[in-house]
Amino acid sequence: MSSLKKLTQKRLFLPVFSMILVMLINVIYDAACGNAPFNFFMITIKNGVLYGRLIDILNRGTEAAILAIGMTLVVSSSAGTDISVGSVMSLYGGMCCMLLAGFGNVNVSSYAVPLIVGIGAGLLTACACGLFNGFLVAYMNIQPMVATLILWSAGRAIGLLLCNSQIVYVRVPSFQKIGGYVGFIPTPIIVAALCILVASLVLKFTALGTYIQSVGINKKASRIAGFNSAKIILLCYVICGLCAGLAGMVATSRIYSADTNNIGLNLELDAILAVALGGNSLGGGKFNLAGSLIGAYTIQAIDTTLLALGVSTAQSPVFKAIVVILIVVIQSEPAKEFFKKMSKRRAMAKGATQA
Amino acid sequence: MKKTKINSNNLLLLITIVLFVVMYAGGCVIYAAKGFTRLQTFLNILINNAGLICIASGMTCVMLTGGIDISVGSLVAMDCMIMAVGIEQWGWSSPVLMVFILAIGLVFGLVQGFCIAYLDIQPFIVTMAGMFFARGMTAVICKNQVSIVSDKIFTTLSSMKITLPFGGYVNKKGVMQMPYLRVTVIVALVVVVLIYLMLKYTKFGRSIYAIGGNQQSATLMGLNVKKTKLKAYILSSFLTSIGGICYCLNTMAGTTQQALGLEMDAISSAVIGGTLLTGGVGNVFGSLVGVLINGTISSLVKTNGKLISSWSNIITAILLCFFIVLQSVFAKIKDSKK
Amino acid sequence: MGFSPLLTFKLEGGIALEADVVLKMQGICMTFPGVKALDHAGLTLKKGEIRALMGENGAGKSTIIKCLTGVNKFEAGEIFLEGKQIVNKDTMDAQNKGIATVYQEVNLCPNLSVAENLYIGREPLTKLGTVNRKAMNKQAENLMRELELEVDVTRNLEDYSLALQQMIAIARAVDMDSKVLILDEPTSSLDDREVEKLFTMMRRLKAKGVGIIFVTHFLEQVYAVCDGITVLRNGHLVGEYDIEELPRVKLVAAMMGKDFDDLASIKKEGSGDKRKEPLVIEAKGLSHAGTIKPFDLDIHKGEVIGLTGLLGSGRSELARVIYGADRAQTGTLKVNGKEVKIKNPIDAMNLGMGLLPDDRKAEGIIGDLSVRENIILAVQAKLGIMKRIPMAKQIEIADKFIEMLQVKTASRETLIKQLSGGNQQKVILARWLATNPDFLILDEPTRGIDIGTKTEIQKLVLKLADEGKSLIFISSEIEEMLRTCNRMAVLRDGAKVGEIEECDMNQMSVMKAIAGGDSNE
Repeated sequence: MSSLKKLTQKRLFLPVFSMILVMLINVIYDAACGNAPFNFFMITIKNGVLYGRLIDILNRGTEAAILAIGMTLVVSSSAGTDISVGSVMSLYGGMCCMLLAGFGNVNVSSYAVPLIVGIGAGLLTACACGLFNGFLVAYMNIQPMVATLILWSAGRAIGLLLCNSQIVYVRVPSFQKIGGYVGFIPTPIIVAALCILVASLVLKFTALGTYIQSVGINKKASRIAGFNSAKIILLCYVICGLCAGLAGMVATSRIYSADTNNIGLNLELDAILAVALGGNSLGGGKFNLAGSLIGAYTIQAIDTTLLALGVSTAQSPVFKAIVVILIVVIQSEPAKEFFKKMSKRRAMAKGATQA
Repeated sequence: MKKTKINSNNLLLLITIVLFVVMYAGGCVIYAAKGFTRLQTFLNILINNAGLICIASGMTCVMLTGGIDISVGSLVAMDCMIMAVGIEQWGWSSPVLMVFILAIGLVFGLVQGFCIAYLDIQPFIVTMAGMFFARGMTAVICKNQVSIVSDKIFTTLSSMKITLPFGGYVNKKGVMQMPYLRVTVIVALVVVVLIYLMLKYTKFGRSIYAIGGNQQSATLMGLNVKKTKLKAYILSSFLTSIGGICYCLNTMAGTTQQALGLEMDAISSAVIGGTLLTGGVGNVFGSLVGVLINGTISSLVKTNGKLISSWSNIITAILLCFFIVLQSVFAKIKDSKK
Repeated sequence: MGFSPLLTFKLEGGIALEADVVLKMQGICMTFPGVKALDHAGLTLKKGEIRALMGENGAGKSTIIKCLTGVNKFEAGEIFLEGKQIVNKDTMDAQNKGIATVYQEVNLCPNLSVAENLYIGREPLTKLGTVNRKAMNKQAENLMRELELEVDVTRNLEDYSLALQQMIAIARAVDMDSKVLILDEPTSSLDDREVEKLFTMMRRLKAKGVGIIFVTHFLEQVYAVCDGITVLRNGHLVGEYDIEELPRVKLVAAMMGKDFDDLASIKKEGSGDKRKEPLVIEAKGLSHAGTIKPFDLDIHKGEVIGLTGLLGSGRSELARVIYGADRAQTGTLKVNGKEVKIKNPIDAMNLGMGLLPDDRKAEGIIGDLSVRENIILAVQAKLGIMKRIPMAKQIEIADKFIEMLQVKTASRETLIKQLSGGNQQKVILARWLATNPDFLILDEPTRGIDIGTKTEIQKLVLKLADEGKSLIFISSEIEEMLRTCNRMAVLRDGAKVGEIEECDMNQMSVMKAIAGGDSNE
């Protein structure tokens, strides 16, 4: 009993638990349908590339995982969320494809500028978006969600503008590489792995983690101890912007086009949900990147499972919304107090029966 | 008798009104040839945005408490889909469906309000979940576009014109065209007036302002903060449902992609209309002007004909940014005075 | 705890249940986790009396008021209102019984009109059930006229000065037929003229028979308006006095816990003149609007300067301006002879400064971080974000200081918020010592911690000074300062009013300086 309690209090309990739960549902579903019960875990090689539901989850979960890195830092430092990430992804797509195709062209099979220029400009734009958000939050003292609301709306619109309201296709094999395969491994998985690697190296070899957490926990005390909290918060938003750009890079390359209306649509929810599911408090402070990442892939697993169960992509937000509400309700103070009271009452009842 | 009170709050509203007048006058001068000066152009802005006016009124109430409700756009989509599917597939009559939709609005608001007021969860998170829930439900109800054609009451309401006795013009064929309104505009204007009176003259209305001004003080003064907040969110969802019906009367269809980003329009209308994001300051007439500014922008973009529609989004976002920063600067000035 | 007879003669008995006593609290005990906040504290208030409630930090002033208004639940003791025993569930309950509170921060809604602020929650209604604004404004106007306040009741509250807002808050409280009015530091943000207005209003209420409990740090104000004084210290009731019985110096003595007649000289041995040492800090005309008026201060190498004065006198604020926690708005600062501009604490840290703030919880600890992380924080800040201290080094630093300061913690990875107050303070101290500062400001380092730790910290201060570091030491306990300081600067009402040389430093001189005014009365 007490060991169970200890287990539930571990930081990674929530994300790992939900991951296992999702897997279990898959196994049961497959068994019920008469498929091999461990269909979910099967990895095969088809047409020279890796194939299987796990690979699919890792592949499709790339964008959410990359976004979750940036979102974790933003939530930790500023106790708010950046809801513009989806739009910024789309803006990246617009910027990158517009440059590569040349403005006004909608379907090209050769680059107008070198690939690296397109990607670089897109990422720079994304960073600039982060800078804008960060400035409003850190220096103008605007609530994070409201500040990022501006780009949430404008980002997509500017992307559309860059593409002249059309879907710009860049049909060049090298452009599709990032969303395609390297050898037999899907490239997005490699991109995600690289991002995660860089993030963990940065956290290991710089003091960024300490800075962000102490600013997020106690701004005043951090200032007295010599931290410039505004700068730290700004930095977090820039990193979040960069992450959105990288996620946009993968998403754009997958469909080798700038479908600004749909790239990154609703992904901000996935990213925020990943952070919450990862056991991080949305009220800021301590963070756990590993938790957020597991959270991100869990959400993708939920999506994939729902799809397997016959729920369409348009309908899946219903379930995600329910999961979000459940998580935040469980995390909320009144609910915690309620549970405490309940367990106390149970303990008292136990005491009474024993006596 | 009363001295004119110009403080930063009224100033925001004043800037908005001046902005609207300048923008509209500018449109009249530049696009006079395209008929921008006609009264009907102005009335069309009202007609196109009748639903938004209702929604913005509800949003204003929520924002006055210092909260936010971003579920409204999706809720409208869900309402429209229920209306369309209800008429075309379930065979319900439209009055029954309207009552049903209003009831859904109440329940939706109750759940969101409970989570926010009694469980102390950030309004943004709760209503964001609400937003995705409603959008997903829209797809659950029906994945395809459904047009409303078979309900007589509804089609009549939708096409009913209320002609004004003045302000007509003679068209190319030499026929006198009288300007007209739709039922939805009447509904929207009634909502605005009612909400204005409610905010000004009822205990509930004043409590909303008090909570937005200083929640701790409101508690100490003996106001029931939680209940007031709950009611505000119920009101917002209810008005959104009314707005949803108005919206449906305009579009006469339900699709999963309907009213995307409408929450943004409602929030920006309220903010541009002088409602402080931190709560406590603002009123529905300001939000009405905010809606009109948004409407004018898209009307101008449309009249121009060469600009693509996302320009109106961008201009609205720039305006929103301008007003948010202005609010923040005013707040800083106020702080430094103390 | 033996108080001298002089101070305790009114402590027991003496106060019979007279007819005009409106409020009586006695034997109130209350514990916060680990701390006995109130230990048989009490208070007696007569009808039409203004009674000052005085005490230093941790004396239990706000705790006893919270017990009265129902915010805190007390464990023992009784409260009588007009002879009837009462227990208040919450502030609303207290208000309904006629006990109203006005706080330092105006608890009204700035965005509503004055009339609404007066009547919200109990507005006059029309037949339709809507708010009758006309009637409300009329009532408000009458009330304002009665209290002789010149206010347009239809204007927003935020259009008026803080003083007027404060008085409107009082008007709201009084209009609810209050028998007891608690004013909790209402004057902290008011200027002299505004304070005078407030006093006029208080006297008017007094004449109407309202009993007022007045909490303030300003001695001048106590003697200007009060009839009686109740002094608390460390949760005990020191005594209840009429104003004439208790001249300033005696009041300070009562608050500080020293018997006036018994001021033994326990001065430490002279530690030699540090004036010959080079100057480390030269402040000229530094100030920060609203907290500290322009001041000059020189500090030499190896010198310990005490800042003394009552809470709210500007002693913390002075230190904060030097450190850059509040940015100096006027004046110049020289560090080691060079003129410097300090915009942020990090600038000060790079000049070799450190500040241990007085509010440990709000400005000291980073609660959710471990002891180790809290210790290395300042060192890390000085190194910058790119140069993370390697884990092995972090552990080494943390262990060194946990050992050196004898921090009692389960492990170096324990979260600091789980430690006791004294150990938290040691960790913050360790944070600064780890940066090896030349100049350290310790603001109330000994507050709320046990005697043993207090002594350790005092010893540490002397040791640091011996090592050639300069220190500013701020404490509410004069004795501590006498033991550690080479020189003392005296602050009163937000200004530095003088310095006391080591040879003149004793309990008596310090208290007189703190009390100011005509101390010999």
